[in-house]
Amino acid sequence: MSAFLSGVFLLQLLRIAVPYVLAALGGTFSERGGVINIALEGMLLAGAFGYVLAAHASGSAWVGLLGGVLGGEVVAIGLAAAVVRLRADAIVVGVGLNLLALAVTRFLLKLVWDSSSNSDRVPAFDADNSAVGLVALVTNPVFLLTVTLLALSPVLLNRTRFGLRLRACGEHPEAATSVGISVTTYRTAGVLLSGMFAGLGGVWLAASQHQFTDGMSAGRGYIALAAMITGRWSPLGAAAACLLFATAEAVQMTLQGQGTGIPTQFLQMLPHVVTLVTLVGFIGRSRAPRALGKAR
Amino acid sequence: MSVAVELRGICKAYGALTANRAVDLTVDVGTVHAIVGENGAGKSTLMRILAGVEVADAGTVRILGESPARPTAREAIRLGLGMVHQHFMLVEPFTVAENLVLGHELLRAGLLDLAAARKAVADVSAAWGLEVPADARVEDLSVGEKQRVEILRVLYQGARVLVLDEPTAVLSPAEVTRLLAMLRRFAASGRTVLIVTHKLDEVMAVADRVTVLRRGERVGDLVTMQTSPAELAHLMVGRPVPMPGNRPDPPDADPAIDESIAGSASGGSGASAGARPAILTLDGLGLVAGGRSALAGVSFKVGAGEIVGIAGVIGNGQSELLDVLGGLRAGATGTVQFGGSDRVNLLTLSVAERIRAGVAHVPEDRADRGLVADFTVAENLMLGKLREFGPWYALGRTAVRAHADAVLERFDVRPRDPEAQASTLSGGNAQKVVLGREITRSPRLLLCGQPTRGVDIGAVEAIHAQLRALRDAGVGIVLVSAELTELLALCDRILVMHRGRITGEFLAGEADLDRIGELMLGATAAPAAAGIGGPP
Repeated sequence: MSAFLSGVFLLQLLRIAVPYVLAALGGTFSERGGVINIALEGMLLAGAFGYVLAAHASGSAWVGLLGGVLGGEVVAIGLAAAVVRLRADAIVVGVGLNLLALAVTRFLLKLVWDSSSNSDRVPAFDADNSAVGLVALVTNPVFLLTVTLLALSPVLLNRTRFGLRLRACGEHPEAATSVGISVTTYRTAGVLLSGMFAGLGGVWLAASQHQFTDGMSAGRGYIALAAMITGRWSPLGAAAACLLFATAEAVQMTLQGQGTGIPTQFLQMLPHVVTLVTLVGFIGRSRAPRALGKAR
Repeated sequence: MSVAVELRGICKAYGALTANRAVDLTVDVGTVHAIVGENGAGKSTLMRILAGVEVADAGTVRILGESPARPTAREAIRLGLGMVHQHFMLVEPFTVAENLVLGHELLRAGLLDLAAARKAVADVSAAWGLEVPADARVEDLSVGEKQRVEILRVLYQGARVLVLDEPTAVLSPAEVTRLLAMLRRFAASGRTVLIVTHKLDEVMAVADRVTVLRRGERVGDLVTMQTSPAELAHLMVGRPVPMPGNRPDPPDADPAIDESIAGSASGGSGASAGARPAILTLDGLGLVAGGRSALAGVSFKVGAGEIVGIAGVIGNGQSELLDVLGGLRAGATGTVQFGGSDRVNLLTLSVAERIRAGVAHVPEDRADRGLVADFTVAENLMLGKLREFGPWYALGRTAVRAHADAVLERFDVRPRDPEAQASTLSGGNAQKVVLGREITRSPRLLLCGQPTRGVDIGAVEAIHAQLRALRDAGVGIVLVSAELTELLALCDRILVMHRGRITGEFLAGEADLDRIGELMLGATAAPAAAGIGGPP
């Protein structure tokens, strides 16, 4: 039991939570504007690949970070163009973009590194390896950025003109139009924000492994989506749900490490079972933005 | 006198449907100008073009002498035009203050200045006597309050020209009076008011001039003082119409269709429910929906061959009552006895069992629940009675066709085309299809919600005649309507609902419009009203 109270466990939990939190925050901005964002998964993956590609080419983790954000934005631009501009169905487009991101990264992996599984090792922010544990975490720029974005998100969404208008577009786009707000502009901005956030989540995934591996987002985008719903489309609620899911995953990993005798396959199910149970429990009580998924 | 609004040659088409055809309109500053027309005459479209919400295919718009640089809502607002939409343009989870400033936010240090927004609400409220709580969420407000928020917002935006699209449709009679008085005050203050409506008594009460639209064209532009409701109705429909609601209602004057029974039942109008065998007896019906009490202690009887009307401001439990009786909403408490010798508690039956037992339902929301928009008329007419058209594995084309032809003929649905898509029908014809389907079930009880909402004047008469004929044939009818004139014209008894309770009961002859209006707004029942609170 003490294994769960240790600092190591807590650090592990936070590390796991970072990409979830970033993707869920991104999803919140997209969906509060009224655009269903199932493409978070693809954004994470494209973000991870963008990071590795840019870091590989430049030798700098900072350039990699920009590349990762850009990777997320590529998917976001696709989503915004198809759903906001051309009014395509967001679920269909989202699934399509996720499959496309998986295929394109796999293709480029082969093209650049001639591998079907992983890229070469690239620099990351903890390259010197001198700092470990808590120090490594709190000095990690992506972690700091995540904490900052988490703190700023509720303010941006609830206290600024941008946030008020974005939410109006998600609740009643016609009302927004009638007072002269461009729904297209604000929804596009919401989707692009989600691309930036989720792209950054991808940066975390790739940077913590110093490489890209095929399909490395591994369903985290979907779990982030579930966290966003569980958190009732509020940034802090979503982040809290992400911590819950991350806890389940950390517990699972710790139990596996201890050798409890329970088949690992069952342990690996734990985070997903927690996701499912909380989602079923919460979804009835949460209220989606009223115009979510509606053209206008 | 200077000109507030000038529209020239406005044209707008949606695909094959022409909404506006070369419409001209001139409105002087400081006047109230009414735009009337039947549903689908293009009134709302014209106003939405004026407000920059829709873009015209052709024509020019001038607001207070200026042409909008771009056809956008923002530009119209900048030129001093504000629109109160028929479907409120309010963000429900936002507070009143947030809704007020949306699009024109007040900022302090880059963040929203909600204190200033609250003060703005208070200022504009005080200036016009429109009290609304600034911090309340719009979703918690009543319909009348929401409308006040809309008007408040338009005033806050500095509108000199106010456009109101069907503003009275959702209000109680007292609220209507209050609104119309306020519109006169706006005009007196040098503002200009355009009001879209199809209620001619409101036009006569409030407007200086009136423009009549028919099928997208302007067919009249009159000075209110020099016209009459009859003339306006004539212009709206294109032929003389008997004015609904303004005539007495002797049952023997009904255009009875089922004459064999009409003779025996016609003497019953105006008599109390006790004189007839009850077909429906509600006892202590209650319903909790969304955490609040939607229906509470609702008890009343409906006799065979009686129309019982439910009056009330929209959202006071009438819809829930129909849903519960029709079986579309579960969870109600109390009992609902239905039938004569074969009494059953309706609440224990499924929808299919209710239909078999003789309950027919014309739902309030015709487009959403009454019809399947993508089905043909013939297919819609089969719903709920498929077994009449063949064995379980097939439908007999000839039987379907014959049934559809018969209903279209009997209920005078136009076009008389069973293969027409339901979504292409006008409001009146769509309602005739729903009514036809339900009446041809030969029900013993008809639940009827808003039978003439969005229905043109010509069809209203036909629908009323059908309901009277059904009553005279011995069917019990529960009629929910937002139109008091309709209830007065049709019902043997009128019950008033307020916050899910029956707060008053009136026999046809004794109904007092003012008193009903008071009760609709929550006035407590006075001893003057007969049999308050339903049967003992």
